[in-house]
Amino acid sequence: MTGGRVWKFGSDVDTDVIIPGRFLADWNKEPEKMGQYCFYGIDPQFNTKVQTGDIIVAGDNFGCGSSRQAAPVAIKSAGIRYLIASSFARIFYRNAINIGLPVLECPVLVEEVNEGERLAVELDKGEITNLDTGKVYRFEPLNEMVQQILDSGGLALYVQKRLKSVLNSSF
Amino acid sequence: MGMTIAEKILARASGLQEVKPGQFVTAKVDTIIGHDISLAAFRELERMTADKVFDPERIAITCDHFVPSPTVNAANQIKELGEYINRYQIKNYFEVGRGGICHALFPEKGLIRPGDVVVGSDSHTCTYGALGALALGMGSTDIAAAMALGEVWLKVPETMRIQLTGERGPHTSGKDLILYILGKTGTNGALYKALEITGDAVGGLHMDERFTICNMAVEGGSKTAVIVPDDATREYLAGRVPPDAQMRFYKSDPDAAYCADYVVDCSEIEPMVACPHSPANVRPAAQLSGVTIDQAVLGSCTNGRLTDLRAAARILKGRTVKPGVRMIIVPASQEIYLDAMREGLLETFVRAGALISPPTCGPCFGGHMGLLADSEVAISSTNRNFTGRMGAANSQIYLASPATVAASAITGRICDPREVMTS
Repeated sequence: MTGGRVWKFGSDVDTDVIIPGRFLADWNKEPEKMGQYCFYGIDPQFNTKVQTGDIIVAGDNFGCGSSRQAAPVAIKSAGIRYLIASSFARIFYRNAINIGLPVLECPVLVEEVNEGERLAVELDKGEITNLDTGKVYRFEPLNEMVQQILDSGGLALYVQKRLKSVLNSSF
Repeated sequence: MGMTIAEKILARASGLQEVKPGQFVTAKVDTIIGHDISLAAFRELERMTADKVFDPERIAITCDHFVPSPTVNAANQIKELGEYINRYQIKNYFEVGRGGICHALFPEKGLIRPGDVVVGSDSHTCTYGALGALALGMGSTDIAAAMALGEVWLKVPETMRIQLTGERGPHTSGKDLILYILGKTGTNGALYKALEITGDAVGGLHMDERFTICNMAVEGGSKTAVIVPDDATREYLAGRVPPDAQMRFYKSDPDAAYCADYVVDCSEIEPMVACPHSPANVRPAAQLSGVTIDQAVLGSCTNGRLTDLRAAARILKGRTVKPGVRMIIVPASQEIYLDAMREGLLETFVRAGALISPPTCGPCFGGHMGLLADSEVAISSTNRNFTGRMGAANSQIYLASPATVAASAITGRICDPREVMTS
């Protein structure tokens, strides 16, 4: 099992520190370039330290504040593969799922894991393994709607499929 | 078991007799709102291969964030938005100079009605709960999906009830009430929940104050906030909403279930201030008189309405902003700007040495129009004081009511407005 390296954050990480507002006039053209500004508000070098496949682990209310979708886009395009927190702010949670970035709630893991340890996530089994300690954690299962969106590769592709198929089918 | 107002609105929009907290529903949306940064939603709409929106009459967009355009990229964002507006034939589009800040503007134009389900690509969309609507902030892809399908998937939230009782003291406003409430709930005390603001004291709240209270509900993590419509709501709507518009005046059942119940005695609330770097880090203004300030900002979707400008003008009249302090005043819409001009408020501000900005979100979100330098301190009537939000990463933001902002501007330090109004 290959794992992702953990970057640990506290509670109430807000979207202004993830992506400061002044960049929001710039992100529409090339959203994939947003990764370079990821966490610019607190650590302008974060993008150079993170490796593709790394994992963010945070406390409560991750992503509070603005509805800017640039926040999860910046995290995803910086190379982060999963976000694990005790809880998420609701708009951020939806935005992350909608762009196909898995967000997992697992308060016990948040308590126990240390920065730099490696985690392996198995979405279908609902399990996260700490490869350094061997401990296995179960995360809160994703609801059916969220699972469908992730399986479609994000909400845009999900709606695209729906518009192409039966017009009156239920959401 | 009865239902809360939030549950009733969701049940109606989902075509169900009854809904319960935790249940997933697909709700029809009545109104969708957005602004210049919502260009992202139109790009997503295109990516979804949607060749039309569900109803061009039910979508309202204004240019308010990067207005007037501070950079070429911002100018291009608005230019490209205009092209999508034409292509999707969006009916309610407010260009620069014709509208203002979304959450002040859309209610003013009669586009938000009681009982509506409103979704918007802005986290402060919850402001419209002040009109008895169920209003939810979302990101651009969710809003694009809503524009394409005319519906959204939602989890029915639990409702937390906040009962306001007692009589408020002088110079204590809706802003002080919501800051006080946030100080009690914390930044995630209401996570995923709907707040219902109720109680005897609600009747005495001006509509502008109700907008302020519902606006900042999101800072406590809540999904939205809602106030049951009353005579003040009807009075506000008269003349704004077309006579034939459908309005649904819901109220909670007496046996509705609440996940938590708070009683707030308004007579005990003083002018409050949220200290860096959290809207829930709240203390009375009187305890912070040692904090000197570099900038005072009055405006935003939280507190840029006419009664906010009046409250500041009462304090600034015949006084001047302390040398070394910059005061920036941002009327939230063109209509408010005009009213403030007619009432002579703008003259009071200019004579006091304040700078008047056109309606824009600029300083509030650190976009433009008055960013903070390194280590500077601001007092602001806006809604968020996160690290670096209004400028330099090491700057500091204190959030307060318009009266407290004005009193602080003239004294050059955080100042309880009662201090300057009794002397």
